[in-house]
Amino acid sequence: MMLRLFAVLSLACLVTACSQVKPWVKPYERQNIADEIMSFERDPVADSYLHHVYDAREAARGGDGASGGGCGCN
Amino acid sequence: MAVIKRLFILLAWFVQPLYAAVLPDERIDVMYHGYDGGGAEIDGPSILVRKNIGASVSVAANYYVDMVSSASIDVQATASPYSEERKESGLSGQYLIDRSTLKFGYTQSTENDYDATTYSFGIDQSFFGDLTTLGFGVSFGEDIVGQNTDPTYKRDLQRRKYSVNASQIITKNLLASFSFDSMTDQCLNLTDEQSCLNNPYRSVRYLTSSGNYAYQSERYPHTRNSDALGVRAIYYLPYRASLRGEVRKFSDNWGIDAENAELRYLHPYGERFLFEVKYRVYNQTAADFYSDLFPFLNAQNFLARDKELSPFSSTTVGLGVTYKIPPGTIPWFNKSTANFYWDHFNIDYDNFRDARVSPEEYGAGQEPLYSLQADVIRLYFSFWF
Repeated sequence: MMLRLFAVLSLACLVTACSQVKPWVKPYERQNIADEIMSFERDPVADSYLHHVYDAREAARGGDGASGGGCGCN
Repeated sequence: MAVIKRLFILLAWFVQPLYAAVLPDERIDVMYHGYDGGGAEIDGPSILVRKNIGASVSVAANYYVDMVSSASIDVQATASPYSEERKESGLSGQYLIDRSTLKFGYTQSTENDYDATTYSFGIDQSFFGDLTTLGFGVSFGEDIVGQNTDPTYKRDLQRRKYSVNASQIITKNLLASFSFDSMTDQCLNLTDEQSCLNNPYRSVRYLTSSGNYAYQSERYPHTRNSDALGVRAIYYLPYRASLRGEVRKFSDNWGIDAENAELRYLHPYGERFLFEVKYRVYNQTAADFYSDLFPFLNAQNFLARDKELSPFSSTTVGLGVTYKIPPGTIPWFNKSTANFYWDHFNIDYDNFRDARVSPEEYGAGQEPLYSLQADVIRLYFSFWF
C-alpha cells in the first residue's frame, strides 16, 4: 500500500521531469517563500527533539523528513 | 528494495539542474528540554554548532543528554524506579557541488544498557530553477542492547533506513514536501527464545488457573520492516502569517497501521515576536502479537505488552513564542533569538489496562484503561554568526 502510494508520487515526479517545465514562480516572486515563517525546519535542535519524543511514545517512525540515530527507546 | 533502487536511478537520470543550492545557516543553538508525564521525568541539554568551511562545506556538531528519572507504569508494575543518563553526540557535514548537496552524518548514543551507532549518507538536488528539490538518503545503524541486571546479556541489532524526500514550490505562497522512509531492524545471532527489539525489563501478563494473573518475559520477532509516507505543506496567508499542515501514514510487518495529522499556525507580532499554535492527532492499531492479558503461559510464539504497540489515540496541543533579541545586545552574533515552546500530550490507550490497582477490587482484565498526560518544554537560545 505504502509502496504503491510512493510509486505513484514518484511517477508524477518523473512525468513532470520529462516535460519542458519552466519555473512558474520567478526568483523575484519568492519573497514570501523565503520568509522565516515558511520554513519546514526553522530550528533544527528543537524540531529534532520533538521527533525524538514522538518516536519514543508512538510505534510509527519515519516519513517526517527527519534524520536520527538509534536512541534505545524500546 | 530493488524497485526503490531502480526508482532512484531513474529519478537521478531525469534530474536537470538549473541553479545552485545553498549551504545552511551558520548558527549555535543551546536548548534545555524537559518531559514530564506518566511517572517519567526526562530532561537535559542539547547543543548544536554549525559552521561553514569555505564556500562549499558546512559542518555541524551536536551534543544531547537525556537525564531520566522513571517510575512509569511499567516500572511500577514489575520493577523499581530508576535513574539513568543517555548521551548522544553527532557530527554531520554537507558538501555543495554546483546544484547538488552531499550529506554525511555520524551519531553515537550511549547509556548504561544500550549503545547505538548510526552512519548516514544522502544527496539533494535542486532543479526547475530551484522550484523542486529531490533528495535520497540511506542510514546504517549498529546497536548493542544490554541489561543492567545481567552483565552477560548482549544483543546485536542492525538498523537500515532508506529515504526519498522532495520539496516543491507550488505557488509564490505555497510550499509542499513529501518524505518516504523504508526502515528495517534486524537482530543478529539470536536463538528463537531471545529477542532484541523489546525492552528486556518488560513483561507480559497471563491468566493463571486461579483466575489471577502472573508475569513472563516478552518475546518479539527478530525483524521489523516499516514504511512511512508523510506529506507537508505551508501556506503564506494573505497577511504575514503561515498555516502548516502535515499528514503521515505508517505501516509495518508487525500489523501496526498509524496515521497522524497536524495543523500549525505561525503569527509574527511586531518586529520581535513570533507566536505558534499547534494541534496534532495520532492513532495506531496494535501489533499482531500484543495483548494486555494473555490467556495462559506461553500462549503464542511472540508476546508483547508494550503500550507503544497497543492500539491508542493521542492529541497534542502546542504553544510557543520566539523573541528576536535586538541586534547588538549580544556581541559577535548577527541575530539571536530566545524561544520557549510547550506541548501537552494526551494519550488514551484502548487496550492497555492499569495493573497497579488492587487485585481485590478489580479482577484480571477488568482494570481501568490507562491514559497518559505529558508536558514537553523546549527552552532554547539560537545565535547566527
